[in-house]
Amino acid sequence: MGTDIRRTPLHDVHERLGAKFTDFAGWQMPLRYTGDVAEHTAVRTGAGLFDLTHMGEILLSGPQAGQALDYALVGNASAIGVGRARYTMICDDSGGILDDLIVYRTGEQDYLVVANASNAALVAGELIDRAEDFDTEVRDASTEYALIALQGPRSVGLLAPLTPTDLSTVKYYASYPTTVAGRPALLARTGYTGEDGFELFVAPDDAEAVWAAVAGAGDVLPCGLSCRDSLRLEAGMPLYGNELSTDLTPYAAGLGRVVKLDKPSDFVGRAALQKASAETPARKLVGLVSEGRRAPRHGYPVVDPADGARIGEITSGAPSPTLGHAIAMAYVDADRAVPGSALAVDIRGTITPVDVVELPFYRRSS
Amino acid sequence: MSTIPDHLRYSAEHEWVAVSDGIARIGITEYAAEQLGDIVYAELPSEGDSVTAGEPCGELESTKSVSDLFSPVSGEVVAVNDAVKDSPETVNSDPYGEGWLFTVRVDGDPDDLLDSDAYAALIKEGE
Repeated sequence: MGTDIRRTPLHDVHERLGAKFTDFAGWQMPLRYTGDVAEHTAVRTGAGLFDLTHMGEILLSGPQAGQALDYALVGNASAIGVGRARYTMICDDSGGILDDLIVYRTGEQDYLVVANASNAALVAGELIDRAEDFDTEVRDASTEYALIALQGPRSVGLLAPLTPTDLSTVKYYASYPTTVAGRPALLARTGYTGEDGFELFVAPDDAEAVWAAVAGAGDVLPCGLSCRDSLRLEAGMPLYGNELSTDLTPYAAGLGRVVKLDKPSDFVGRAALQKASAETPARKLVGLVSEGRRAPRHGYPVVDPADGARIGEITSGAPSPTLGHAIAMAYVDADRAVPGSALAVDIRGTITPVDVVELPFYRRSS
Repeated sequence: MSTIPDHLRYSAEHEWVAVSDGIARIGITEYAAEQLGDIVYAELPSEGDSVTAGEPCGELESTKSVSDLFSPVSGEVVAVNDAVKDSPETVNSDPYGEGWLFTVRVDGDPDDLLDSDAYAALIKEGE
């Protein structure tokens, strides 16, 4: 990447806040400001503020925008109500996952697709290609948005005075065109932390003003990508590159529910996914917990405690700040994936007992 | 910029060493602690263990990553900072003070350690 590294419109703000930066998918992003655990805890118990401008935004509009997405994605985009949002995936012809996405239907003929930073250009290219035969315009609008996320149980109270929208009427997985701090914003009740919260799509020129208003609204901690990873892991949410890849179908990733085989239209990957839906995957994604704080990490082998045979691999793992013990996600042989099973992980040469548990590890009280 | 006290000496693996009366006190530098993030678990050598300069003798685990702890000197471990085992965050908050990790009885003055200027140059190079 070298000198091509990109900075968000909030870069100066992060520098003033003393952020420690990391290079991520071609962007220089805040890794942490104060400390990982303090930031993680703020989101679980109060509120945290994230800059997610590195995420990709692709806009589709036109009479057949919904049909184009129905063909391009595994989900049923045309069935999303105006104002609502869905978690979905884009797959290749063989059913492999190219990315996981959030699709917002922002109008009768308008959709906003949010892609992971590392896949944004790929997803935009695929959507442009796949929409070719449909009456829709597809545009990679990633440079037209800054994305700010306010996450945590105190989010509603902090944001309410800054917007004319009555937040008590804002549904989970829904978006509203409104203003925040007097600036135009698409306000969405989405996030990837396992907490209640909002994502604010704003113009890059408005990003500093919106950030400042939210940060000044009360007790809210700026949060970096490091705690975002531990938050989404506790919430059992998959991360592209860890739990999701082109080598896996949504079924193999335990997310077969996002594939709408019953939708009327054809879609990319349909035949392969139809076949995959009828097969038992060789390995399944599971949650693992350990008594200790020594955490299994990405790539560590999961082994049979009896004979040490390799039966899986860790995809993500960390000491859980909320739970006080180590947690991990792993792909393990399907017959060992039953919750309650006693397995083990080779943690740098030490065979450490772990138990298979249902995901998520953490669920917020509603 | 991380603090690099003048009165200490340093290893290339980011440990600091303070030698007094044949006892070397060892910890990790503020730079290393910042790189790791919040340390939540410390596995330290035990009293009486023999440690060898440049060899792993424990590990430090943060939410984000895990790192081997190397001994910057050779000798017998005399004392271990048990307070750090209970409160590993002390390594982040006071790496050169209360966050020390262990002490080693050393024979003479350890070789191959860097002074503060050389260590500052080393971390500048890595950035």
